[in-house]
Amino acid sequence: MQTKLSENKLEMNHAIEQAKKQREISISEFFTKNRHLLGFDSPLKAISTTVKESVDNSLDACEESNILPNIEVEIKQTTQERFQVTIEDNGPGIVKEQIPKIFGKLLYGSKFHTLMQGRGQQGIGVSASVLYGQLTTGKPAKITSKISKNKPAYYCELHFDTQKNEPEITRAEEVEWNKEHGTKIIIEMEGKYQRGKRSVSEYIKYTAVSNPHAKLTLIEPDGTTIVYPRATNHPPAKSKEIKPHPDGIELGILINMLKNTKSRTLQAFLTTDFSRIGAGTAKKICAEANINTNARPTRIAKQEADNLLQTIRKTKFVSPQTDCLSPIGEDLLKRSLKKEFDAEFFVTVTRPAAVYRGNPFIIEAGLAYGGSLNRETNAELIRFANKVPLQYQQSACSISKSVTRTKWKQYGLHQSNGNLPTGPLVIAVHMASVWVPFTSESKESIAHYPEIIKEIKLAVQECGRQLGKYVRKQGKVKDEAKKRSYLEKYVPVIGEALKEILALKDKDEKIINENLKDYLERSRKL
Amino acid sequence: MSEVTTKIKETARKVHTKINKKKKPEFSIPIRGLSNVNYDPKIGYFELKGAKKVRALTVNTIKSFAQTLKMMALSKEVVEGNDMATKREAYYVSKNWGDARFKEQPESDAVMDDIEAMFLVNREQLGFIPEEKGGDIAGKLIVIDKDPTTGKEIKIDCTKFGSGAYSIPSSVEQLKFETDAKFILAIETAGMFQRLVKHNYWKKANCILISMGGVPTRACRRFIRRLADDKKIPVYVFADNDPYGHMSIYRTLKVGSGNAAHINKYFCVPQARFLGVTPQDVEDYKLPTHPLKEVDKKKIKDVLNNDPFVREHKEWQKALKQMQKMGTRAEQQALAVWGLNYVIDTYLPNKLKHPEKFLP
Repeated sequence: MQTKLSENKLEMNHAIEQAKKQREISISEFFTKNRHLLGFDSPLKAISTTVKESVDNSLDACEESNILPNIEVEIKQTTQERFQVTIEDNGPGIVKEQIPKIFGKLLYGSKFHTLMQGRGQQGIGVSASVLYGQLTTGKPAKITSKISKNKPAYYCELHFDTQKNEPEITRAEEVEWNKEHGTKIIIEMEGKYQRGKRSVSEYIKYTAVSNPHAKLTLIEPDGTTIVYPRATNHPPAKSKEIKPHPDGIELGILINMLKNTKSRTLQAFLTTDFSRIGAGTAKKICAEANINTNARPTRIAKQEADNLLQTIRKTKFVSPQTDCLSPIGEDLLKRSLKKEFDAEFFVTVTRPAAVYRGNPFIIEAGLAYGGSLNRETNAELIRFANKVPLQYQQSACSISKSVTRTKWKQYGLHQSNGNLPTGPLVIAVHMASVWVPFTSESKESIAHYPEIIKEIKLAVQECGRQLGKYVRKQGKVKDEAKKRSYLEKYVPVIGEALKEILALKDKDEKIINENLKDYLERSRKL
Repeated sequence: MSEVTTKIKETARKVHTKINKKKKPEFSIPIRGLSNVNYDPKIGYFELKGAKKVRALTVNTIKSFAQTLKMMALSKEVVEGNDMATKREAYYVSKNWGDARFKEQPESDAVMDDIEAMFLVNREQLGFIPEEKGGDIAGKLIVIDKDPTTGKEIKIDCTKFGSGAYSIPSSVEQLKFETDAKFILAIETAGMFQRLVKHNYWKKANCILISMGGVPTRACRRFIRRLADDKKIPVYVFADNDPYGHMSIYRTLKVGSGNAAHINKYFCVPQARFLGVTPQDVEDYKLPTHPLKEVDKKKIKDVLNNDPFVREHKEWQKALKQMQKMGTRAEQQALAVWGLNYVIDTYLPNKLKHPEKFLP
């Protein structure tokens, strides 16, 4: 007894010792150690991530408020290594109380807990840019926001208190802003600006393709201004939030849902917190899992939750509803491609909705071919997830896998094994879903679910068949011209040779040429 | 009128008739390749089997069709004018043919080969001669040629070239020979030929030395054939011990090649026999070797399976399998390991004691 007590005491002492060491990790320390997870692993990527996160947020905010977006991105070089990044939108604006939370707290956002098609998924980005700017230049972020034309705009400078992990407003005032509503954020940071592959300008161009309703303007450090006009004046259909579908639910999520539900009985929990579970099915599930339908969800133990999950996995459910998704649309995608690429043939396809692990999704694909596109290089592949262009980790993405495994030779293009086809071709593929399964935190490539790969392939093949018809028709036109010139060139040579060998007269030679031409014209397969 | 011009006219007339009837004109050309040859030791050379390819005049073939006809017209002109043109000259003549001109000489050579095969004649009969020179001769031989300008006979004594040699002309049909040599020794490399000439080996062995310099040219093959037939003397071949020396050089000299099967009749030397170097020599004379290259191994496998000549002769199958098993090749000059003149003092005299042991 005595010894047991002292043992307990010893353990307690250990715990106290440990607790002393377990201080909060400073947020800046966490950031410095994990900047690659957040997209700040190189000066080049720092600017691109900042632009990307801000623009995505602006587009989402406009979409929710049914506003046609007008977004301007300006990048100015202040010193050799420093750039000032400005993003200004005409979105709904942000109420001043929310500003510190949105721009000054990591992992603050409304999106993480819901199942709804949206651009950002984790709300990590903009605040990380603010922190990165502060860490590399010591300067605060400057934010201006206006929520209605009747109210003045609110301007503030926001600083991170890295000791307290809290945002801090260092300056705030009301200002005049000649705009009905909108938000503008200015962050200065160390960085590098380049054009070309995976650049800011590429990102803006691709974003213009996937958001035909947005007007985008990019002002580059050298003053170059590129404006991407709208292809339509109708904002896209709003995507809707849906409850999780029972297919694909995992134990951890289920336990979380049980703990946080407002329902008082298990049956009510199943029917209201999930989509596609009716009262009958709910009763059946409870019976099979051997739990009372009236059990309190919050009291369900882990073992029971596991039984419940096993039963749910065995049960068949109606597919989730798909009206919650907002694809770009065949017509608009085609118009977008026409606007951004100088090609001669365009084809787009929007597939019907499909489901992977209980999540509905839609695949869209588009091709632009010919014109002034480069004929010598591999095709340009543009990947989109929920209308956001994916610029990194191309080879790991199921879109790339599906496209490179498509047999492009049958559509009249060259392709070496396992590569993108060569030729004057742009391939755009978009996945819209309530939950896009990325392979990693940086959200740059889509995981390899067989259902997703199958849909991508079908979409690309459908486009490919149209392209094939066009390419072959073009080929025939060319062949026809070539054959015609062949006849012009070589028929007279044959006449001449026969004349020489057989010592014929000019008249005979003429007859030979006429007859031969006539015969070949007729025999030619058209 | 020569046989060739008759054939050319016949062909052209057929084409003419078809065109005026608005029907499809065509040429038929024997397929050239090992798959389309027969080998019968009694005949002594690769003979064409019947397979032919038909080249019909269509939009796609009109260019080569036109070129073939133009080449025939040129051949007729040259033969009738009692002239000749080198292959290179023929290529340049084509530059007057407008769009039907040849871009590179191999294209015109291929058309020439087609016409040869079509008429079963050699290109000399068509009035075309190659650029390549025939090969070098030294030893107990007097070649009787004609002076190109006076037409008077001249006698060329091949013992009188010192350390140099007589060069076989590209056309050998007009030559006559005088000799009392006991055999002809055809040698693969110029280096070995030089050594034997330098030491007057031909005097010692009473023979004619010929340097082939790799795969023998048509002129060289024809020269050896005419000389051997005329004077009824045996032909021995002395080449490297590798698939190239045995097959590309020796077999081509003896029975011709698959690709030129239509003219093998004129260019084979059926009486040729292989003196060495054989795989057995490598063991008997303990010669230094190199490992067989991948292409060598492939070639051995290929000829064992597909070459009608090898399939006819068990001795060759045995020798090639022996080489395959040893995995090595040896050059003629490897004999120098026993002293520079070992080849003259020991190897050749030893081998020549038993010509019956030479490979067929």
